[in-house]
Order: sequence, then C-alpha cells, then structure tokens
Amino acid sequence: MLDLRGKSDTADRAFRWIAIGAAGLVLLILGMIALSMGDRARPVIAEMGFDFFSSTRWSPPDTLYGALPFIWGTLYTALIALALAVPVSLGVALFITQVAPRWLKKPLIYMIDLVAVVPSVVFGLWGVLVLSQHFGLGRSFLTAGIILAVMITPIITSLAREVIETTPVAEKEAALALGATRWEMIRASVLPHSKGGLVGAVMLGLGRALGETIAAALVIGSALGQITPNPFAPGNSMPAVIANEWGEADDMHKSALIALAVTLFVITIVVNLIATAIVQRSMRKSRGKAT
Amino acid sequence: MSELRPALDLRRKRTWRSTKSTLMTVLMGAAVAVVLIPLVAVMWSVISRGAGVMLQSFPDFFTAEIPLVSRRPGPGMGPAIVGTLLATGGATLLAVPLGVLGAVYLHEYGAGSKFAGAVRFMTTVMTGVPSIVMGLFVYLMWTMRFGYSAFGGALALACLMLPVVISSTEQMLKLVPNNLREASYALGTTKSRTILTVVLPAALPGIVSGALLAIARAAGETAPLLFAVGAASTYNPHLFTEANTSLSLQIFSNATSSFVAAQDRAWGAALTLVMLTFALTLTARIFTARFALKR
Repeated sequence: MLDLRGKSDTADRAFRWIAIGAAGLVLLILGMIALSMGDRARPVIAEMGFDFFSSTRWSPPDTLYGALPFIWGTLYTALIALALAVPVSLGVALFITQVAPRWLKKPLIYMIDLVAVVPSVVFGLWGVLVLSQHFGLGRSFLTAGIILAVMITPIITSLAREVIETTPVAEKEAALALGATRWEMIRASVLPHSKGGLVGAVMLGLGRALGETIAAALVIGSALGQITPNPFAPGNSMPAVIANEWGEADDMHKSALIALAVTLFVITIVVNLIATAIVQRSMRKSRGKAT
Repeated sequence: MSELRPALDLRRKRTWRSTKSTLMTVLMGAAVAVVLIPLVAVMWSVISRGAGVMLQSFPDFFTAEIPLVSRRPGPGMGPAIVGTLLATGGATLLAVPLGVLGAVYLHEYGAGSKFAGAVRFMTTVMTGVPSIVMGLFVYLMWTMRFGYSAFGGALALACLMLPVVISSTEQMLKLVPNNLREASYALGTTKSRTILTVVLPAALPGIVSGALLAIARAAGETAPLLFAVGAASTYNPHLFTEANTSLSLQIFSNATSSFVAAQDRAWGAALTLVMLTFALTLTARIFTARFALKR
C-alpha cells in the first residue's frame, strides 16, 4: 500500500507532540483555575455554607460573608447595560446593513470597533471624573450600567451585523416586491430570520458585562449591602469588591473573595456557553438555507 | 391634442406606512449617533486633558519617575510605560508561539478528533473567563510563591491572550488553500516541514494581525495585573523580580484620587495607553488590508 500521509521522522513527530502540548495547555490552565480557586474558596464555604449566596451581611471583621448584595449588583448593572445597549446596537446594526450607502459602511464599522479598542480603565477614568461628576449621576448602579453599555455595544453590534447579513437577499426582495416599505421589509424578512442569532449576540454582550471589572469598580460606588432597585443608589458588584478589597484582606477574607470569583466564573461561563451555542446554531441554520 | 393624462399614478404617496418607515430609519441613524457620542466624548476628554499634561512637561512625562507624593504636580509615567511594555511583551512571547502551535494542532493535526473538539470547546470557555479571575489565578499560582513582578502580570495577560490567538490563528489556517499543502507533500516533504515552510508563511499576515489585536487588548488590561504586579513608582527593568507598575494600574489608582495633580497624571497615562493600543490596532488593520489571505 502506498502511504499518502506525509513522511514521518523524529523531528516531525516531535513537532506534532509540541503542537499537541500547546493545545493541551488550554485544558491544563482551565483545570488548574478550577482546582486552585476551588481549593482556596473552600474555607469560606465551609464556614458560611449556603448563606454565602443568600445572606446580605458582608462584614469581614466579624467573618460574616454574605455575597447576595454583590450578586445583585453584578446582575443589576449588567441588566441596565443590556437595556441601554441592545436597542442601540440593533439600530446601528440595521443602519449599517440596511440603510447606509456602501461608502459609509466601512468607516462606520471601523469607528464602532474603535470603541472596543479603548481600554476599560480609560472608560472607568472618564466615568469617574466626567460622567459621574459633571452629569449629576454620582457613583451608582446607573453610572456603572451606562459605562458597561458603552463597552458592550461594539460586540453586540458586530455580532448582530454578521447575523443580519446572513438574511438571503431573495427574502428581502420578496418583501419589497410585495410593496413593503423598508421598515416592513425589516420586520417581515430580516428580524424573523436573525432572531436566534440576535438573542445569542445579546447574551454574549451579557457575558462581557458580567465579567467587566475595572470600569465597574471605579464608578459603582463601593457601597456595602445595597440590594435596591433604585438605579441612582451606589452599590457594589462581585468583580468590583474583589478589586477593591483584596489589598487589605486577611486569609478568610481572601477565601471569600476567591469564592466570589468562582461564582462569577461559573455565571459568566454558563451565559457564554449558552450564547455561543445559540449563535452557532443560528449561523449554521441560516447558512444551510442560503445555499 | 388632448392633454396627456397618466392612467395610473405611480409616484410614491405619503402614507402612514411610509412615514413609519422613515421614522424608523431616522431612529437607526440616531442609534449610530448615540454610539459615537461616548466615543467622541471619551476621546475628547482624554486628548484635551491628557495632551496638556503630556506637553507641559515634554519629554519628561515619558521618562521621569512617578512622584511618591501623589498631590505633588509634575511628570512622570516612565516606570509605568516600562512596566506595561515588560508585562505585555512577556505575555506576547508566551501566548503567541503557544497559541499558534495550539491552532496548528487544531487545524493541521487534530481536525475532527475528539481531543481537538475538547480543546476547541475549552478555548471558547477560556475566552469568556473574566479577566479578574485570571488575575486571582495567577496570584495563587505565581505571586504567592515568587512575589510581585512584571512576569506575574505577563502570565495573567498570556492566559487571556492564549485562547484569542488560538481561535484567530485557526481561522487564518482555514483560509490557506489545500493545494499548497498538497504541492508540498508531492515534493516529498514531511508534515512538520510543510506546516513550517508552506502553511504558516502563507497565513502569516493574518496571524500577525490577530496577534496584534490580542496584544492591543492585553496592553489595556488592568484587572489581571492588580494582584500580580504590585505598585512601584521607580524604574524596574527586571522582568522576574521586584514590584513593578503599568499605565493601566496608574490610571486605576490615580482615578479615584482627590488631588488634581494625580488626576492629571491619570489623564496623561490614559492618552499614552490609548495611543499605544490604537497604534497596535492600526498596524493590525494595515496587515489585514495589505497582505492577508482573503475569504
């Protein structure tokens, strides 16, 4: 039999194993993250039990660690960010794909991608010294939500754009040929076609907003124990607490902060995985339809 | 001659439907404006406040050490620039070669295998890990044993960059036409030689562009450095020893200061950091536009 695979010698096999090792590194690092952080989070969970997730009292001097206010703060700011970012991102994605003349598309995409390049600490700096001071918002859930909204808009927009662009031209032309206006065409052809992918894009934005640390840490206000739906109240979120309290934390306190990080890790990964699954399924479906 | 009268009026009529469509179009345009407003506002603040600080003490701003007393006005972000370059450079040296090799495995060797599937899935998972979690992880694995150093920051940044480099490189390898590989095999070369001398060079511009974008993101990160790098105010050119600092850490700590001098330095550092990340992104764009394989 003729062996049509590439010839194999020692160097060749060594290279293959190096490549396998590099790929395996991803599994190794994730495994080590889970093990090392789980191990360090154990003392506080042993001490607090399920109260860690349900108690509202966070008082390191009394070794009381109830993380509920921070879980609330993380989810609430992320929801504010989504409420602001989703309509805007969708509008921008529709404008770029359906309305903008050809010459305007590329500059617009570049400009919006530029927002994603600005480091988050720079947004935080702007939030602290400009947005919260000169616009009377103070440091609050809302300020954090606005900054997060600005930061997740580019990712939602670019995913939404890709999803919308998979709408078959024939479906759009069919709507127009029946006398639909541009908006009716969007409602009848574009949106139903890209619904799944848009949901996925929004969820990936949510994943981003949940994990974003530094900007939120700067503008959320670092108030303890606030579980309130008042967006103008100062609050705190899981990543912000970790960033702000780590410096002066003793062993048990550090364990509590690591337990917070593990909680955050699990929530973001679940959100991201659901999002990725939705996006991939809808992309595959629409690609199947187009061909 | 009788007057010519069209039987059918084909001109567009203003109806509620068309008005609604126009209205929605205007709203979409407004959304674009809403997105661009914060970008312009942030850039305006950074440039107007940062440039003043930078030019007032040029070139000392880039070279002088950071004042120990934060209310004292005056330059210096020199140590922070060195720290950012050390941490980002170290992360690049770690993550880019390993990421490219990982992608080579995924696309050239493992395609379709269970192990490759698991790695690809975990790469997606790893992309979503919050940056502060990476910071804590590196604190537990490295800083607790070896103390503060720029290298700890480099490790954390490398963990963030690795999955990004793997997936962008894999996308580029997919674009390399199969006839190139077949032509190389036909000449009797081994698989590793084919990859190193044919496949990777063909995909190189795209790989470089993806890596530059990952580096730009990493250079602006703060959370991963928070627990690993420490807080120095003097030059520390050593990668592995002693506390260091970075532009992002300086912005973070000075942003909440009530002293105008410290805030000024934060704006100056922000402008420096933005220029650095924009330059990297621009270079990546040029690489993609000029040299990369097209879909």
